[in-house]
Amino acid sequence: MNSSNDHYVAPYDDAVSFDELPDSAPSHKFRLSFTGWLGTIIVVFWTIVAVSGPFIAPFGENELPFPDAYSEFQAPQPGAWLGTDVSDRDILSRIMYGASRTMGISFLATVLAYMIGVVFGIGSAVSSPRVDMILSRINDAFLSLPTIMLGLVVVAAVGSSIPVLILTAGVIYASVIFRLSRSLGMEIKVMDFVEAAQARGEGRWWIITKEIWPNAAMPLLTDFGLRLIYVILFISSLSFLGLGVQPPQADWGSMVRENLGALQYGTSIIPVIAPALAIATLTVGINLIVDDVSAHSGGKLSNRL
Amino acid sequence: MATHLNPEKEKGDAALNKGDVALNDVTLNDVIFETRNLNINAVRGDGSELPIIKSVSFKVRRGEVVALIGESGSGKTTISLSALGYCKPGLKFAGGEALLLGQDVSRMATDDLRPIRGEKVAYLAQSAAATFNPSLRLNEQVTEAPVLHGSKTQAEANAKALELYKALELPSPETIGTRFPHQVSGGQLQRLMAAMALCGDPDLLVLDEPTTALDVTTQIEVLKAFKSVIKEEGAAAIYVTHDLAVVAQIADHIVVLYNGEVKEAGPVDVIINDPQHPYTKKLMNAIKPLPESGQGDDDTSDHLRDDAALKAISVSAGYGVGKDGKPAITVLRDVNVSIERGKTVGIIGESGCGKSTLARVFAGLLPPFEGELKLDGNPLAASLSDRSRDELRKVQFVYQMADTALNPKQRIKHILGRPAQFYGNANGLSVKDQVNKLLEMVELPVQFADRYPHELSGGQKQRVNLARALAANPEVVLCDEVTSALDTIVGANVIELLKRLRRETGVSFVFISHDLSTVASFADEIVVLYAGRVAEQGPVDKVLSPPYHPYTRLLISSVPEPRIGWLEEAVATDEAASGIAGNVELTSVGCPFVSRCPMAIDGVCDTQAPPRRTADQKHLIECHREINELV
Repeated sequence: MNSSNDHYVAPYDDAVSFDELPDSAPSHKFRLSFTGWLGTIIVVFWTIVAVSGPFIAPFGENELPFPDAYSEFQAPQPGAWLGTDVSDRDILSRIMYGASRTMGISFLATVLAYMIGVVFGIGSAVSSPRVDMILSRINDAFLSLPTIMLGLVVVAAVGSSIPVLILTAGVIYASVIFRLSRSLGMEIKVMDFVEAAQARGEGRWWIITKEIWPNAAMPLLTDFGLRLIYVILFISSLSFLGLGVQPPQADWGSMVRENLGALQYGTSIIPVIAPALAIATLTVGINLIVDDVSAHSGGKLSNRL
Repeated sequence: MATHLNPEKEKGDAALNKGDVALNDVTLNDVIFETRNLNINAVRGDGSELPIIKSVSFKVRRGEVVALIGESGSGKTTISLSALGYCKPGLKFAGGEALLLGQDVSRMATDDLRPIRGEKVAYLAQSAAATFNPSLRLNEQVTEAPVLHGSKTQAEANAKALELYKALELPSPETIGTRFPHQVSGGQLQRLMAAMALCGDPDLLVLDEPTTALDVTTQIEVLKAFKSVIKEEGAAAIYVTHDLAVVAQIADHIVVLYNGEVKEAGPVDVIINDPQHPYTKKLMNAIKPLPESGQGDDDTSDHLRDDAALKAISVSAGYGVGKDGKPAITVLRDVNVSIERGKTVGIIGESGCGKSTLARVFAGLLPPFEGELKLDGNPLAASLSDRSRDELRKVQFVYQMADTALNPKQRIKHILGRPAQFYGNANGLSVKDQVNKLLEMVELPVQFADRYPHELSGGQKQRVNLARALAANPEVVLCDEVTSALDTIVGANVIELLKRLRRETGVSFVFISHDLSTVASFADEIVVLYAGRVAEQGPVDKVLSPPYHPYTRLLISSVPEPRIGWLEEAVATDEAASGIAGNVELTSVGCPFVSRCPMAIDGVCDTQAPPRRTADQKHLIECHREINELV
């Protein structure tokens, strides 16, 4: 084809048929970036600590490492690698105990929030406009209340215990999940394949479980990590305010509060910084994973939030 | 400026070069853009590379339109974007050169490309609606690029824009720029996009399927405007399309692509009249000429003329909730359609004419507010929820986009197995056997049963989509534009499949399309819809021969033919001249076609609804003119 006046014909074989080119297969290979790996390492580390903490901690939750030499806020030293707290308990051991409590409560509360939110959210999306409106307005009312205040009121009214904390956080965060799954459900509901199922005469249960849910599950799962972070911060905040996990039980939020005195009277700030750092690293770690996952899924969900 | 000189050209142009004139323009013998053995690779997740564009070479000279033609996946858009020095994410230039005015844009940094894009080369995307910002006035957007680049002052740009509006034959060119994008029609917006691209006086224009989304009658006006404006401006253009008939009208040279390789290239007359490569021949064969009168599909099987399988009687339907229980927007008015058993009815019209709405009415997805439906002679409930399972089974709907019509999380065997199971098992086969039988019916391998929709190609997905409707063992299948999202060859194959299925199953089809030649090749009867009214209906050969409704005539004359010079002939007719119009108006007063009709009667057509005239037994035309006037 040196000159454009030339008629160029590529060599061909008569036997070759020109079939339709296949659609490019979507790349399903999910690769973590460096930060994603970092996040995974952090989260795996804290998960191991949470699961095995109570068994491998050098001391009990309320055990004194140096019963003979009682003194609050002792500096880090052999035997108590992060020093001692306001009651002379081993901070390292308490962080390990606290990991299982903080993470366990948060995880259960998030699961509860998802169960409530997804059932009502998708249910609302496929219901009649009237039912949808009623459910959505009730949910709006929940959303309009500041979460921490609502939590404070509930805990102040019925008293604090771990089941109450899980229930409170679960119900409060369900309203966010409700909105998310309702909007996802709405989006999927108008897709042609759902309409095709409706036109076939399928019942509502089939539409929800076979048509909508499988397509909503993955985006919702992506959001789980993000929601977990909020719940960890919520539980920790409640504990910090003294209404969450009650002393002498260890929990990262309450540890920060108990040891606030270290900033004024202590020899080091480790009693405050250590649990705060634990909260920070865990939330940042989860966030790093979520970033990777949502970038992989087109980041659509994070835009919606 | 770095100039890559072509050694061969240098010799030939040495004489010209002596005058020391602008180096770029003359030394390259007016070659505006050239690719030399251009390679583009896709980078996969694991870092390995897959060649997408394989050693493609072609030239675009000043004043010349080069068409890149091929089906989706052939790499035509990717090559055209290389003229902007751009690769889509995940792709990279992997050798060869893309020379724009002598500069290799494939090796330039983004910062260096910025002044070139928009000034030297302009890109025209497929969808004008997505290109314009809906909240800015048109003139602002048309003149934005040259003013931003500093190549023109606002006043100069405005003057240029006005000149272009006139050249593109836009209505009221002085004031159209002050409108917002939603205030002009689709065809006008497409031309305004051309004005936007040309406003900066680019040397090269890249047009990516600029008329694919348009109706035939609109396509004509846009093609005509593009052709004349490219000639007047002396710009070179790369025209990307899959439609050979369109290419024949606008291109000087054609490059036929398949799977990232050039299969055939040459002047338009050679490629159109004397294609050599088997792939080009196949492309040409996929274009169906409009059948002459009396050349309908040779369906000889004799069907009983008892009750129609499905019938719509005086149906009116619309969307939204308005006053007195009627919809806010009435889309269909007083439509009578009868689908005989085993016959195919084609419904044709422009976008917005209500053809999909009619299918949705039949399917029960949109209950009409007036009129009634009959299935096998018995009244059929208007709404889905009131229909019995057996009634639901008998009327099946096939969606246009297989991508959204198939649940991405279900395997093919579940997609096909569910309706087979849901509607009961008439022939005693297990669900698995039924799925296999369905796959065989649509000519897909049975191994596909275990695949997910995304593992199939577009044509294969559309076949699954059809098979799902057949799984219900229906009496009527409603096909809504089932081939319009497919490539020409693939679409032609699907039509062949539909013909075979109709023969074998005796199912009635309602075939909705904006493509008259596809409908004509497949249907027994045609219903021409315009603005929600039936303009004309009857057997294919009767509708496609005189007497015509003026709109049918416009439609027929607008179907592009793969023949050089067709466009010039087509635009010379009265119909085409009158066809250049704004949006279709859904009016309840008078004939909706009045504003475009070359034979409208003042004071009659615009005030009274047209009477339904009988041209022949089953051939009806709604027009104020007498039948003998409509020849």
